[in-house]
Amino acid sequence: MRMSRYIFVGILLGITLYKSEAVSWFRIYEMFHFQSFQLYGIIGSAVVAGILIVRLIKKRHMHNIEGQEIVIKDKAMSVPRYLIGGFIFGMGWGLAGACPAPMFILLGSGVTVFIVYLVAAMTGTFLYGKLRKRLPH
Amino acid sequence: MVPQFLIDFRDWISQPWPWYAAGPMLALIMFILLWFGHEFGISDNFRLMCAADGADEMNEFFKINWQAGEWNLLVALGAVFGGYIASHYLVGPDGDVAHISDSTIESLRQIGIQFDNGKAPLVPDFISWENIFSWQGLLIIAGGGFLVGFGARYAGGCTSGHAISGLSALQLPSLIAVVGFFLGGLFMTYILLPLIF
Repeated sequence: MRMSRYIFVGILLGITLYKSEAVSWFRIYEMFHFQSFQLYGIIGSAVVAGILIVRLIKKRHMHNIEGQEIVIKDKAMSVPRYLIGGFIFGMGWGLAGACPAPMFILLGSGVTVFIVYLVAAMTGTFLYGKLRKRLPH
Repeated sequence: MVPQFLIDFRDWISQPWPWYAAGPMLALIMFILLWFGHEFGISDNFRLMCAADGADEMNEFFKINWQAGEWNLLVALGAVFGGYIASHYLVGPDGDVAHISDSTIESLRQIGIQFDNGKAPLVPDFISWENIFSWQGLLIIAGGGFLVGFGARYAGGCTSGHAISGLSALQLPSLIAVVGFFLGGLFMTYILLPLIF
């Protein structure tokens, strides 16, 4: 049952984003209208806590459960890739009001129409794979 | 008999979670995954699912050992369970509503979105099977999903991979991606969405 631990992490993720209303289309709309602190607070406090955690991992040379030192690889530098890709992602986020994790969570909560989103997202990912060589990176 | 303290605990966590509970919890999830030897990133599951469905034989971008991503698919599966648990067993005192601000309710009213008794559900009714065959409903859910799937892979990550993992590791590429997320979201909310409604 070694793998079941990931299911528990997912459950924790699902409950967190559901109960904080980050899965709500209206909350995303509200965020992009700067009318509430909720989503900024969630992302902001996650990043502040995350920075502290990553610093501690590096300082203590922490090891993962496999016994290897935890190393976070630097992402390759580019501007167009992240800016254009991010812009396209952001349009989808603002339109459907859900990024990938909330989509899975809403599916579980019974909003089964998000299966259409999932198939569309896989189609988008597939098309990106096809076009990748012709896009600026 | 369920002990009273467990019932009290359930009632306590069934209230809407404030940002300062959810944010550090997300950081904790990132830490747990690092400790398990992996990096938090949900959108990679779309690629894994493409590969598992046979795209690995069609295109080299999907020639990945998707079984090695099993852990991530299980996180996604867990998120599905989490959504089920939260919506069935952790319903808050007001029900499953989004506690949006009055100014948001007002700006939604201006583009013609209103709710019964003034309470916004978590998911708007234009995202539903009943609406899927209207151009508006289909565009929102399928168009949104498509842009998310395409953009996340183009940018190399989504909200979890860039905004949380990447910014926590002080990655400049992730900051650029997050700026992109916001510019795209603002463009959609202010320019395109009013045209759809």
